[in-house]
Amino acid sequence: MDKLTHLTIEDALAGLKNKDFTATELTQAHIDAMEANRDLNAFIVETPEIALRQAAESDKRYAAGEARPLDGIPFANKDLFCTEGVQTTAASKILEGFVPRYESTVSAKLFADGAVMLGKANLDQFAMGSSNTTSAFGNVISPWKATDGKDLVPGGSSGGSAAAVAARMAMGATATDTGGSIRQPASFCGIVGIKPTYGRCSRWGVVAFASSLDTPGPLARTVKDNALLLASMAGHDPKDSTSANRDVPDFVSAITGDIKGLKIGIPKEFKLDGMPAEIEKLWEQGMAWLKEAGAEMVEISLPHTKYALPTYYIIAPAEASSNLARYDGVRYGHRSTESKTLDDMYKKTRAEGFGDEVKRRIMIGAYVLSAGYYDAYYIKAQKVRRLILQDFEKAYETVDAILTPTAPSGAFAIGENEDDPIKMYLNDVFTVTANLAGIPAMSVPAGLDANGLPLGLQILGRAWDEETVFKVGGVVETAAQFSAIPQAIMKKAA
Amino acid sequence: MSMDEKTIRKVARLANIEIADHDVERIGHELSGILNWVEQLGEVETENIEPLANVVNIELPLRKDEVTDGNCAEKVLANAPEETQGFFVVPKVVEQEG
Repeated sequence: MDKLTHLTIEDALAGLKNKDFTATELTQAHIDAMEANRDLNAFIVETPEIALRQAAESDKRYAAGEARPLDGIPFANKDLFCTEGVQTTAASKILEGFVPRYESTVSAKLFADGAVMLGKANLDQFAMGSSNTTSAFGNVISPWKATDGKDLVPGGSSGGSAAAVAARMAMGATATDTGGSIRQPASFCGIVGIKPTYGRCSRWGVVAFASSLDTPGPLARTVKDNALLLASMAGHDPKDSTSANRDVPDFVSAITGDIKGLKIGIPKEFKLDGMPAEIEKLWEQGMAWLKEAGAEMVEISLPHTKYALPTYYIIAPAEASSNLARYDGVRYGHRSTESKTLDDMYKKTRAEGFGDEVKRRIMIGAYVLSAGYYDAYYIKAQKVRRLILQDFEKAYETVDAILTPTAPSGAFAIGENEDDPIKMYLNDVFTVTANLAGIPAMSVPAGLDANGLPLGLQILGRAWDEETVFKVGGVVETAAQFSAIPQAIMKKAA
Repeated sequence: MSMDEKTIRKVARLANIEIADHDVERIGHELSGILNWVEQLGEVETENIEPLANVVNIELPLRKDEVTDGNCAEKVLANAPEETQGFFVVPKVVEQEG
């Protein structure tokens, strides 16, 4: 059964149709892998009973010749997506024990297409983090190991999702990306992830962090598997007023391998001072691959890039402080038992329930929105956000897509970058502009660093043009021939 | 800029989060660090630039004003820390006289 967990979604669907194995066998193999890798702490809740029940239903549909697009495919569901009857926590103590009575639109769509849920994946608390070290349910450990044997971060915030997919516990996963939370873990874990255009996937039933930036999307091991998952997750939802009423393109068909004549922008502002030589080399390698495939590299300027992170760290905390005001111990989740008055109950509930990073961002948000500072911080950041969007609009007058590294480094050890919040924030330096501009962006594994750890390349596209992103991503994937497997599962297989 | 204790306590009150006395200095240091860092936005010329609140260039849709949901008090209360007879229960807010 070991091999079943190494299949791509594409091959598994073919095997299921061909009756080479059943959905129950495929699911059981992944449940076994999930149990064997519990040391990675990728899941907050495992749901093997749900998975086996869903797999049995898939098998019935295969037998009846009525299989759905993702029938029998086991996936990890980021614990930010509300699941009816299954605890949903956002990795925070403040939601411990919360069992939604409704299903998020994205997971409902996956279920309608026959996908099988293995469990709720761990994450940074309220999706705030780049290392999965802010979860109230413990750190997620990357299946990749440093040469010195130290435990590494899987990236974040979708760290449990990425670790589960990389360690072959799940064939794919749901994830969300507010500043890089799909792409940075994809890069660290050697897998593929796409943040689609804002509005492509419904946010209904997803625990909110920063509503104008939060974007659900998939993680999987190949570009095509991402296309298969996104096709299911995307689409208009009247329950989310920012969900776009547009047809969902055929992402799979977009992966043609033909990028002849495409113009690829290389933003000069992304060449940071002190960029590690191996990141620069990887980027140049990416350019060479695309050139070889017939694309043309064009130097472009995105002059406000250096202001993207400071802009983000005003807008995202401001929105978070509003969104997270709902956690007051009255209607759901944690309530402090230490208080006698209502006001005291609010303050103590929130002090006990939220982690340090969440509190920090709520307080920053409260400050930048407060009387006297609103214009200087919040409105100023919204103005710079428009300039960042305009940079991209101008660039896309001459180029079809943009190529950059995904992250400024490979995975780091657990505990590193914890001494100063800003050091951790800098992880998102290449990813955050796509969220501010709302445009689609994908990370594709492209090579290994000096320590044998994965590094990703990022492809950004025009708003609503995920097809070009998939096309270019497919070419990078084919050229890179990334086949390295995390040490954790090699050891277990041996 | 550096946040003084009064400001930190005010922010904590706005955020409705209790902070321990021994945490005030640490929190002040962290928040000041972040605010000093974001203040580099001051260098950017933004005269005549409209603030951008939402990247989706669509009119927010309106729906008919009609009841589409309801009669699910049990579901709404299912996760309440304390409830009784169809209501959420909170600590007493109004003190009785006498």
